[in-house]
Amino acid sequence: MKDADADLGEDEDRIFLSNMPGLMAGLAASTRRDLVLAWKRPGDVLNPLFFFVMVLILFPLALGPSAEQLQAIGPGVVWVAALLAMLISLNSLFSADYEDGSLEQWLVSPQPLPVLALGKSVAHWMTSGLPLVLLSPLLAATYGLPAKVIVVLLVTLSLGTIILSLLGSIGAALTVGLHRGTALLSLLVLPLAMPVLLLGSNSVSLAAGNETHTAGVWALAAYATAAISLAPYATAAALRISNE
Amino acid sequence: MWTWFHKLASPPHFYRLAKALSPWFLVPGLALIAYGTFTGLFIAPPDYQQGDAYRIIYVHVPSAYLSQMAYTVMAIAGGIGLIWRMKLSHAVAAAVAPLGAWFTFLSLATGSIWGRPMWGTWWEWGDPRMMSQLILLFLYLGYMALRASIDDTAKADKASAVLALVGVINLVIVRYSVEWWSSLHQGQTILAEGGPAIDAEMLYPLLANILGFALVFGSLLLRRVRTEVLYRERRTRWVREMILSPQGQT
Amino acid sequence: MTAKLSGRDLTLFRGERCLFKRLNFALNPGEMLLLEGANGSGKTSLLKAILGMLELETGEVSWNGEPVRNRRQRFHAALAWMAHRVGFKADLTLLENLEFERALRPQRGDDIVSVLERLGIERLRQLPMRSLSAGQQRRAALARMLIADVPLWLMDEPFTNLDRAGRALVFKLVREHLGRGGMCVVAAHQDVDIDATIHRIELR
Repeated sequence: MKDADADLGEDEDRIFLSNMPGLMAGLAASTRRDLVLAWKRPGDVLNPLFFFVMVLILFPLALGPSAEQLQAIGPGVVWVAALLAMLISLNSLFSADYEDGSLEQWLVSPQPLPVLALGKSVAHWMTSGLPLVLLSPLLAATYGLPAKVIVVLLVTLSLGTIILSLLGSIGAALTVGLHRGTALLSLLVLPLAMPVLLLGSNSVSLAAGNETHTAGVWALAAYATAAISLAPYATAAALRISNE
Repeated sequence: MWTWFHKLASPPHFYRLAKALSPWFLVPGLALIAYGTFTGLFIAPPDYQQGDAYRIIYVHVPSAYLSQMAYTVMAIAGGIGLIWRMKLSHAVAAAVAPLGAWFTFLSLATGSIWGRPMWGTWWEWGDPRMMSQLILLFLYLGYMALRASIDDTAKADKASAVLALVGVINLVIVRYSVEWWSSLHQGQTILAEGGPAIDAEMLYPLLANILGFALVFGSLLLRRVRTEVLYRERRTRWVREMILSPQGQT
Repeated sequence: MTAKLSGRDLTLFRGERCLFKRLNFALNPGEMLLLEGANGSGKTSLLKAILGMLELETGEVSWNGEPVRNRRQRFHAALAWMAHRVGFKADLTLLENLEFERALRPQRGDDIVSVLERLGIERLRQLPMRSLSAGQQRRAALARMLIADVPLWLMDEPFTNLDRAGRALVFKLVREHLGRGGMCVVAAHQDVDIDATIHRIELR
């Protein structure tokens, strides 16, 4: 009897291993789902984007239209605005899934939770990070940044927003379901985001001053790689804990 | 080995052990601080550059060390609690956070006071260590805020442990990126590492204070963990028996 | 003989409260485990503990004689979970929701449309989930279980929001599932009328 049971278990394992869709399928499915959802609710994507543009308009209004000054603060201001816009978009990352019960379904999914979480981060980056990156050259140009600097801005912002999406997903997963989520999320994510801001915006400033800026860019690239490989595990652990 | 480990992890046993150990940390710690502070303030010679202003290091340096040690303790305790599901370990993490935050604040405050005569400003943005300490303080505050906003203790323990572990990785990145950043804006800081050799007469009181602060920190931590354990185990029999027993209320 | 699904020595605390203590159960193909008890007695918590969502104070749940904690993915590949909240995205259509679920699992069993036909919600498949009634959403959750085509069903109050026909449908599906050698763990506060081996756990 004992052997028959073991066989039964092994049979199931074989079926499991041969028929299970691969990790890429799970990643693609969860990314695709969030992209379709974003498509159906464009407000969630557009609001942080409007916020980003608005903040960038505020600075010239507050500081005056001196071209020199704007050029000097441009890199930092674009970066801070991008950071804040990402933070705003993070709030809703898991809350809807938590409320309608889809998160619970994810927790018992045959797909590993970190893969699904990574899929969500990918979708989040494509709907909130990427638009910021694409919009930033236009806004940077109004601050009088030269084309060469804008290229560096594009590269660092792309890397930086990837990192922020991933770090933010950890914070969002930790605070999902809590009443005071919004303010708490900023308190958790901002200290984590500071090195990103520091590396990104200073690289752009260095480029603007015609100095070597590659060190910061490489450091961001390394950070992004580390974040892609590690953050989904932390997010998954946090989601399991938050759902208890 | 394992029985010893399990015994240590049992709350009543730890509670009694911590109570017995606490004075062994507190008394030598206070003695060392008394020696270090007195010698440091009155006997050690003035610095040839900074005059008497440097004497704040007798508080500043130990606080800075402890603020980082406390975070390490917090993250390791949280990690142990997550992996081996040891509840006592979570109690340690919960107890150490406010202490760490306090020492971080102390190191920032003393650093700022020191900065006034040295740099002519209360806050020097270009100093990498002040920036790292500031971010450390924010990490502590975030950790405590997360803990405070989750009602269920077990859940708060695990969530904050994840945060503490993420924070450790972040602190490493902060350290290097801040150093790179400050090297861009100004080449020198006043206390470069491996800088001017410190005189033995200044060094010994400093070492005494570092050790003394660490011992007092240990004693405070033991006391806080005891309180935490008592609170968490308030519904259990051993706590009730201990409180109700005639000689128990200690 | 070891049971397919078993729980040994299960104890669970929620905050200060002990929901159950030293609970044991064993379930074999074709059998059903019925969790009974008033609201708030911990039926849902026991289900979630079996699923591995809640951390048990003591004991462990085993699937094929192996603790599920060590083989979470495989256990999850063998089960479907019908929760109190249906777990569909309100903005996606019924079909889109089910296609997402299907993409995460091995492709086997019936296709989505024929399952929807069996449940009588086939004509709703292009409607967004938010325009479905509560009862129709429950049927959609049943569709998810059928599409998954797995041996173990866990259902939390499967009869809520269902009319008489809907309840009869649940009974029919469960009966068929058990007849095929499937297993059900059901939390319900009403009795079930099914001709199969039913183990009961009374929670209070």
